[in-house]
Amino acid sequence: MKNFEYAAPRTEQDALALLSPRRDEVALLAGGTDLIPLMKKMILTPRRVVNLKNISTMRGVQRLSDFIVLGAVTPLDELADSPHLEPFPAVRQVIANLGSMQMQCQMTLGGELCRRPQCWYFRNGYGLLAQNGRLVEQGDNRYHAILGNEGPAKFVSASRLAPPLIALGAQVRVLGPEPDQQRWLPLEQLYRIPRSEEQRELTLLPNQMITHVRLPVESARWANASYEIKHGAGPQAPLATASVAVRMDSAGMVQQVRVVMGHVAPVPWPSPEAEQALRGQVITPEVAEQAGAAAVAAATPLSENQYKVQLAKTAVKRALLLAAGLETGGL
Amino acid sequence: MVKLDWPKHGEAALLGKRHSRIDGVAKASGAAKYAYDIVEENMVLARALGCPHAHCRIKSIDVSPALKVPGVVAAEALKKPGDEIQWQGDLVAVVAGETEGAVAEGLAAIKVQYEILDVFVKDDDLEAAQKAGRTRRAGQSTKLERDIPEDVEDEEEWEEKELQRLFDQCDVVVEGEYGIPVITHMCLEPHGSTCVWEGDKLIAHLSTQNVSGTPGQFAGPLGIPVTDVTVHCDFIGGGFGSKFAADVWGVAAARLAKKLGRPVQLMLDRDLELKNAGTRPSGFIKVKVGADRNGVVKVWDSHHWGTYGIGGGVVSQGVIPYVFDPPNRRRRATGIRVNAAPGRAWRAPNHPQGAVLSQCAYDDIARALGIDSMEVFIRNLPTVSNGKADVYREQIEIAAKLMDWKAKWHPHGKGPREGSVVTGLGMALHTWGGAAHNSTAELKIHPDGAVEIFLGSQDLGTGTRTVIALVVAETLGLYPDQVRVNIGWSTYPRSGPSGGSTTVGGVSESSRRAATAALNQLLQKVAPKLGVPAERLVARDGRIVDAQNPETSISWKQACSLLGMEPIVAKGEYRRGRTKTNLSSSQVAGVQMAEVAVDLETGVVKMKKFVAVQDMGLIINRKTAESQVLGGVIMGIAYALFEERILDPQTGAFLNAELSDYSLPRLGDVGEIVVHLYEPPEEYERGVVGLGEPPVISPGAAISNAVCNATGVRVPRLPLTPKRVLDALARAQKG
Repeated sequence: MKNFEYAAPRTEQDALALLSPRRDEVALLAGGTDLIPLMKKMILTPRRVVNLKNISTMRGVQRLSDFIVLGAVTPLDELADSPHLEPFPAVRQVIANLGSMQMQCQMTLGGELCRRPQCWYFRNGYGLLAQNGRLVEQGDNRYHAILGNEGPAKFVSASRLAPPLIALGAQVRVLGPEPDQQRWLPLEQLYRIPRSEEQRELTLLPNQMITHVRLPVESARWANASYEIKHGAGPQAPLATASVAVRMDSAGMVQQVRVVMGHVAPVPWPSPEAEQALRGQVITPEVAEQAGAAAVAAATPLSENQYKVQLAKTAVKRALLLAAGLETGGL
Repeated sequence: MVKLDWPKHGEAALLGKRHSRIDGVAKASGAAKYAYDIVEENMVLARALGCPHAHCRIKSIDVSPALKVPGVVAAEALKKPGDEIQWQGDLVAVVAGETEGAVAEGLAAIKVQYEILDVFVKDDDLEAAQKAGRTRRAGQSTKLERDIPEDVEDEEEWEEKELQRLFDQCDVVVEGEYGIPVITHMCLEPHGSTCVWEGDKLIAHLSTQNVSGTPGQFAGPLGIPVTDVTVHCDFIGGGFGSKFAADVWGVAAARLAKKLGRPVQLMLDRDLELKNAGTRPSGFIKVKVGADRNGVVKVWDSHHWGTYGIGGGVVSQGVIPYVFDPPNRRRRATGIRVNAAPGRAWRAPNHPQGAVLSQCAYDDIARALGIDSMEVFIRNLPTVSNGKADVYREQIEIAAKLMDWKAKWHPHGKGPREGSVVTGLGMALHTWGGAAHNSTAELKIHPDGAVEIFLGSQDLGTGTRTVIALVVAETLGLYPDQVRVNIGWSTYPRSGPSGGSTTVGGVSESSRRAATAALNQLLQKVAPKLGVPAERLVARDGRIVDAQNPETSISWKQACSLLGMEPIVAKGEYRRGRTKTNLSSSQVAGVQMAEVAVDLETGVVKMKKFVAVQDMGLIINRKTAESQVLGGVIMGIAYALFEERILDPQTGAFLNAELSDYSLPRLGDVGEIVVHLYEPPEEYERGVVGLGEPPVISPGAAISNAVCNATGVRVPRLPLTPKRVLDALARAQKG
C-alpha cells in the first residue's frame, strides 16, 4: 500500500469538498473490505483517502412517509436487523448469505453497491477491461459474464445488494460535484457497462458520492426474494443470483414484477423477458421454470462459463418460487 | 530397572487416553508466539518484490530508486541482468523499511526491465505440452504374469499384444480419464522469519518444520560456520511439507539484518506465498482397466502426466495403481515443465494423487458392472501391495457400519431423487509408512523433583509437545503438567524434520528412552533408601513403589531429593534402521467413506457424512489423534471440492493467488465427520506409527466416487465445482 493523506470529515459537504475531479486521486473509505485489498495490491493508489464513516447523516435507517431511507455507511448487519427492512426478505437473505459475520458487520451499504469487480484480471493489475476484453475472452473466464458481454467488458458486477434493491425500485442519492447538487437516481442508473478503460462500471463522476438509498414504502407490499447460487458457505462471490419483486392480486396472479439477475453481466441485469413470461400468470414451478429459461434465452456465454447459463436460470426460478412461498428444492 | 517397552496393553496410565494440549491455552489466548508475532526492538520490516511475468529474462535491475523513498533503509536485488525467470512471483528484490507503507513504495520504485519469453502453463494438456516441447519421459514399467518368451525380439510389441490379449479375456473393460490439479499449501502463516544478529551470531526466528536442519541452510549462503546460527520456532502457522528450508527469502532477511545491524522481519505476502512457497503437483491420467465379472481387476494400462512446476517432474509411478497391484499392469509417466514454481512436499506426497488417479477407475468398474463399489474394493483386497488385506477388510467392515453403507447403497445414478437432489456413496483406501525419524532427547530430573526434556524438534500444531509430555509422564509415573517440554530451538539435541508422519514416532522413541534411562538412575538412588532392589521398583502415581509390596514407597519429590546437588541428565537416542526397537514401527492402512448430496440443477456438491477408519499402531493421545484425522479429512474435502491453482493460459499469471479468490471450504461445507481410531491389541503391540499423512489421502477419490454414485456420471477432474459437475452432466446428456 502506498502512503496517502487521510481525511475523516463529519459532514457530507465536507466530504464532497475533499473529492477531486481527477479519477482515482481520492478514494472513499467506508467498511474498507474492498478498498484496502485493492490498495494493498496497488490496483488503487489514491493520494487521499476520505473516511465517510463519521458522517452521522449517512448512517441508519429511517422511515419517511413515502420512502424508507437507508444511509450509505450503514453496516449491513444493522440493515438486516432494522425492523423497517422486515418486509424485504430479498435484501435480508443476501446479507445473511454473505457467509461471514465479520463481513456483515464491516461492510456498508454504499460500499457494497460500489464494490469493484472481482474479475481476477482486474485484481491482478491487467485493468478493468483486461486488454480490451481479450485476456478474458481467451483466458480463464469461468466466473465472467454471460450477458451484456458483447463489448470489451466481460467482468460481472460485484454488488450482491444491487439486484434486490433494483427489483424493489430503489433510488440512490447522488451528491455533487457542486455542493448544492443532489439528485435521486433509479439505482440501476448507477451502473453501466464501460466501453473503454477510461470509463468505469459506475456512472458517478470522480467528484460525486452516494449518500443514501431509498425504497418506496409501496414496495413493502410486494412479495420479494433473492436466490444466490454459491460454491460453498464462505464469503466468496456467488456464481449467479436472482432477485424478484412481485405484486400479485388476491388470486395470486402476477400484476407487476421485477426480475434482476446478479453476477451474470457487467451490470445488475434486469430481465424484461422473464417479467414478460410472468405477467398475468400464477407462479407455479412450471411458470417459474419458463421465466428462468426466458431470462437466459439471450445469453452469450464465453469459452469457460456455459454452466452459468444453467445457474442463472435456476436462480431466477428459485427466487420466484421463494417469493411465491413455494418449495425451491435444491441444496 | 524399568523396561524400555511400552506398558502392556490396557495398563498404561496416560497413553491412549484423551488429553488436551499442554499449549492449548497459550494458542487459544494468543500468548503463543509464531514467527510472524516476533517483534524485536528496533526491528525493520522487509518485503519482497515478485516478478510480474511468468517467463522472462532480466535485462536490467536498479534498486536505487527504492532507497530514495523516505523510510526505506535497504534494498537488494536478488536477481541480476541475464537471469531467466520461470514463474510469476519469483523474487527479484527485497526492500527493508521503517513502515509497511515505506516498504511498499520502495518496492514499487524498483526499476526492472524484462525481456518477455514464451509461456506454457497447461499441465493438463499432454498434446499441447508435447507440441510445445515441454514434456519429459518420467519412466515406464510393465509387470505381466507371463514371462516374455526368449525368442521375442521386440519386447514392447510383445507386451502390447499380451496386454491386448489380457483385455480381450476380461468381462469388463473401462477406459477413463481422471485428474487432480495443482493446489497450494495455503499456510495461514506465510513463510518467513525474523532475523536477529548478536555480534557474529545469527538467531533466525523461522516459521519452520525443520528446526534442527535449517541452521546450515543459513550458514552456507551467509558464509559463516553453522555453529553461529540458531534457529527458533515455538509455533508454526501451517507447513504441510512446504517449510523445510531457510529459503532465499530467509537468507535475504539474515543478510539485510547483518547489513543494517538491526533485526529484520521478512514474511511473504499472501500472493508471493502462493506463487513461491509450495504447491502440490498435479496428476492427470488416461487409463484402461480390465476386470472379471466380479470386478476383480486383471489388467491395468495407464499413462499419467502432470507437473511439479518448471522442474517438470510428475507424480511417482510407484503409486499407480494405488494400493492395489493387479497381476498385470503397464504404467507410463510423463512430466510437463510449466512456468510455475517447483512443487514442494504436500502432506503425503504422491498419495492423494495416486488415490484419485487409481481408485476412481476401480469405482468405475463397479459402475460398469452395476455392483456395489464396496464389494469391488473388497474383492480386490488380495492384490493390495502392503500386505494389509486383512486390516483393510476389518476397517471396511467398521466403516460400512458407521456409514450404514449397505442400507444406503444404490447402483451408480440409480438412487432416489428428491426434486433436483441425488445422494451417493463412495469409498477409497490408502497406505503410508510413517516410520520414526532420527531423534535425540535430553532429559533432566532435578533434585527438587522438576523434570524437563530438550529436543530440537517442533510442534506443527499436531500436538507434538503434548505427546512428549505424555510419554515422559507415563514413564516417570507423573502427570503431563509436571513435565517441562523444551522444543523449537536448534541448540537442543538434534531431532528430525517434521515430514512424512515421522515425528510422533521419533520424539516418542527418544523421549521414552531418555526418561527410562533417567528413571533407572533415580531408582538406583532410591533402592538403598527403601531397602528394595532397584529391579523391583516402579514409578507410578507420583511415587516410586516396590512392585511386590506396594506399601513400601516414597514420593517423587522425596525420591528426587536423594539426588543431592546434581540433577540426573540422561540422553535418549533413536536412529532409524540402526536402533533396535519395539517402541515404533511403520506402515498403516486406512479406509474412508463419503456420502454426498448433489444438486443436479446447480452442480453444487454437499458433504453429508464422512467416515474415516484409521490405524496408527499405539495411540499416545486419543484426542489429538482424532483431531489429526479430522484435520486431514477437512483438508481432503478442501481439495476434493474447492482448491485449485488457476494460471492464466496466456500470461501464466497466477489468477487466484489471494485468499479472496482461492476457494476453501468453511465449517458449513464439511458435513458430519466420524473418526474411528482402529486399535485392536495387535495394533498397540506395533508401537507408535505416524498419523499425519494417512487421513488426507483418500478424500479426493472417496468424494469423487460418491458424486459418481449419486449422479451416475464421472466428473473426471477435481475439484468437483458446480462448473465441473454441470459440464460433466451436460456432456453425459449429449452422449
